[in-house]
Amino acid sequence: MRFYRALLRLYPAGFLADYRHELCAVFAERAREFSGPLAPIRVALAALADVVPNAAAAHADMLRQDLRYAARSLGRTPGFAVTAILLVALGVGANTAAFSLADFVLVRPLPFPHADRLVKVWQRTAEYGRNELSPANYRDWAAASTRSFADFGAYTAGAVNLAGAMEPRRLEIARVTPNFFPIVGVPALLGRAISPSDSNDAGIVVLSYALWQSHFGGASDIVGRGVRLDGTPYTVVGVMPPAFRFPRREMDAWTPLQLREDDFTDRTNTYLEGVARIRDGVTFERARDELGAIATRIEQPYEKENGSIGATVYRLRDELGSRARLLVLALCGAALCTLLLACANLASLLLARSAHRARELAVRAALGAGRERLVRQLVTESIALAVIGGAVGVAVAMIGVPLLAHLVPQALPVAERPSVDVRVLVIAVAVVGVTGLLFGVMPGIRTGGQGAFEALRDGGRTSGGRTRPLRAALVVVEVAASVVLLISSGLLIRAVWRIQAEDPGFRTEDVLAVRTALPRPAYDVTARRAQFYDRVLRDVRVLPGVRSAAYVTGLPMRMTGGIWKVTLPGELKGPDESGSASLRFVTPQYFATLGIPLRRGRDVAETDAADQPFAAVVSESFARRYWPTGEPLGKRFTFAMNERTVVGVVGDVRVRGREMGSEPQVYLPYKQVEDSSLVGYVPKDLVVRSSAPPATLLPSIRRAVRAADPEQPVSDVATMEEIVGTETAPRVTQLRLLTMLSTIALLIAGVGIHGLLAFTVSRRSQELAVRRALGAPSGDIVGLVLREGMLLAVAGILVGVALAYPSARAMGALLAGIDPADPLTIGVVGAVCLGTAVVGCLRPAVRAARITPLAALRAE
Amino acid sequence: MPSDRADVDALLPLPPATFHILVALADQERHGYAIIQDVEARTEGALRLSAGTLYRSIARMVEQGLIREIAKRPRPVFDDERRRYYRITPFGTDVARAEIRRLTELVRLARARGLTPETA
Repeated sequence: MRFYRALLRLYPAGFLADYRHELCAVFAERAREFSGPLAPIRVALAALADVVPNAAAAHADMLRQDLRYAARSLGRTPGFAVTAILLVALGVGANTAAFSLADFVLVRPLPFPHADRLVKVWQRTAEYGRNELSPANYRDWAAASTRSFADFGAYTAGAVNLAGAMEPRRLEIARVTPNFFPIVGVPALLGRAISPSDSNDAGIVVLSYALWQSHFGGASDIVGRGVRLDGTPYTVVGVMPPAFRFPRREMDAWTPLQLREDDFTDRTNTYLEGVARIRDGVTFERARDELGAIATRIEQPYEKENGSIGATVYRLRDELGSRARLLVLALCGAALCTLLLACANLASLLLARSAHRARELAVRAALGAGRERLVRQLVTESIALAVIGGAVGVAVAMIGVPLLAHLVPQALPVAERPSVDVRVLVIAVAVVGVTGLLFGVMPGIRTGGQGAFEALRDGGRTSGGRTRPLRAALVVVEVAASVVLLISSGLLIRAVWRIQAEDPGFRTEDVLAVRTALPRPAYDVTARRAQFYDRVLRDVRVLPGVRSAAYVTGLPMRMTGGIWKVTLPGELKGPDESGSASLRFVTPQYFATLGIPLRRGRDVAETDAADQPFAAVVSESFARRYWPTGEPLGKRFTFAMNERTVVGVVGDVRVRGREMGSEPQVYLPYKQVEDSSLVGYVPKDLVVRSSAPPATLLPSIRRAVRAADPEQPVSDVATMEEIVGTETAPRVTQLRLLTMLSTIALLIAGVGIHGLLAFTVSRRSQELAVRRALGAPSGDIVGLVLREGMLLAVAGILVGVALAYPSARAMGALLAGIDPADPLTIGVVGAVCLGTAVVGCLRPAVRAARITPLAALRAE
Repeated sequence: MPSDRADVDALLPLPPATFHILVALADQERHGYAIIQDVEARTEGALRLSAGTLYRSIARMVEQGLIREIAKRPRPVFDDERRRYYRITPFGTDVARAEIRRLTELVRLARARGLTPETA
């Protein structure tokens, strides 16, 4: 029997309290029927068989009952239920989405074995922290740094044309040193990757999974097939797995990098990106310092060429710009604010509800429902709210996360898009769940205690009153959180406005851009390229609607690098002090097509041929920098391997984007370059200014290109507006999210104020009635209520502004120079919050003013 | 007052234990162990309710309003102080009748097809 009694604890306490004696009595009768030597064992078995399944079923019964009760009680107050569920969903959804993104971008290991030991190596100059390496520096650094690095490779990204039976296609490729794949550590899916034994075999190519699928239909016999890249035959030796996206997300193929002896002669020709694997047991810092010391040592004999070049090492993840990082972190901050708000409001709601229900609970307690039963009931209700809200939140997150893909920096070498992170989801649900439990169950615990009779005695007037200071504090928290959110988004909105108001230096409307990157070595001869451009431009310029068309090395904001050292004759100081300028080869009409104003002199002309004096058109900032007082036209400087004479001055263009400073620009006539020289600067982007819509224009452009060279693919079609829009896309996405979150936050805070005041007014109706009876005018009563609401709002705004300043400071890099304490933003936010508070107060205030002594007494 | 048809139907079909407990209480008030004995006797030992099954059923049936515990116990002098007695409610009677009607109808339908225990 003792065993049976012990087992009984498995039953729900409420059930046991009711039936313990009966269960024992009946089981005792049953036990008496067993006899013989095995009787104790049989009794124990019978006890187990009786209690275990029935206890489980009893718990299930009770849960069902509680759920039914919860559904009924929530159904009676649908407003409360829907609000609570939406709050939970908002908190859970926003946080799951934001932190899933943060985890994806900032935390989760990159998809390479021991990704933490994988680093990128750059040359550092006084001007730029991350410059490509020259082959000579790469060779010397790699040879000298074997103590820190297990292996040190390099690659250069580029593009080639894939010709074949199908439509010619533009491929993004990387030419890699033979040790590249062993360093990255990912094996091929099919065949093999490029390996150190390939050093003398340039004619092989490894395909990306995507290219293998899309262009070769996933053919199983792909390994060993021949393909033509830029007219040269290559043999496919392998296919990489789908997730392999190194060095960039869009990579189609990898070919071996062939460095010839004469590549090592010029230390200023920098185009290699270094990638290395740190040895086991060597820390990142030690490897970085060692390479720095090596670079300094190697630099000395080449002081003249290398200038003050140093080496710098970045972890793969740290390649992300600080701005991309901040965008994500700011979003997480906003999500946390929202969660705080949602929790505060949920708590407030539950407390308000508890005040309303104090009587009901007291009645149930008086009728014999035990404290355990009541708490259990309330727990069930809270959990039901959390679960339903959580489920809606998951749906919100699932829809939301893919929308955040814009915020995943292109620089991140990962294949997949972010997805909902289960760990984050669990944490978010837990936070809301705990809030729900805490504030949902409190009334049950109190009612079970001594409060029951009080609640019955005073008609529930005081029991709810005790939660008032807590609810007031919650309202202050809500207002403060929404102020932080509003100020942050306000500042970001101003930043985006400021950025968008920045004149890019060119006109974006009615300009269509396409890329025709000419293959090497077929087009290494300048005259042959010129022929192609002339043919295409001649056909395009006569198309209906076309006003002008031109070729350029690369479009602003799309090709952001491409700079060259400027040397002035005679007045040369140090190599660093002469500075660099952005280098572009252009055909005539480029400035007209992009709407870049010609300030002095002339455009480049067809007559600027190879046998004529080399000309250059420079930007205003270039002219200002080198000839601050004199006339720039006719001045000479050495640039891009030749001496050039300034023939024109044009307006400045924001080559690197509207948020970054750009070097001054130099434009060179497309014919004035030696064969096989400056191949990275060969014009490849065709820009067309036209009144015809892009959709009707494009087929004609394709025809013109095909007529010039049937094997030439057309790629990267975009309007100039799109190209410029892409630049601010992550910001705009983030801004939309923040604006949405802060609008919701403001609403929540407003509802919070309203709820609290409505509650206070109904609590104090008797007192207000007495005041009215004693002759207080209704204006006084309105003032009383308004004063209370405003007090809370002002407190919240002050706290919020104090908190917003450090958070705005933290995202200073995103603010484009807007002061984190921008008085306009703070003023507007404060006014909006006060306005919302007034609206929230209005209804309770009016109700308070309408209270008549008679009505208040009748309600008693 | 006749019970609401929908309330009755919502409970059908009854779990066997519930049905037997209703039948056991149809003629008189009984305490728990007496219910077990009555069910066992009527089913010739085929159904022996365990203590847990019995009181779990009772708890639910009280909640559903099929039976109620009676405050005044019969013949308190002779009775065991601890025992609690239960009585069928009018609603419980209605539900039991509805269940019997349902079962009878099932049997009638089966017989109409010529399906009887003997031929089975």
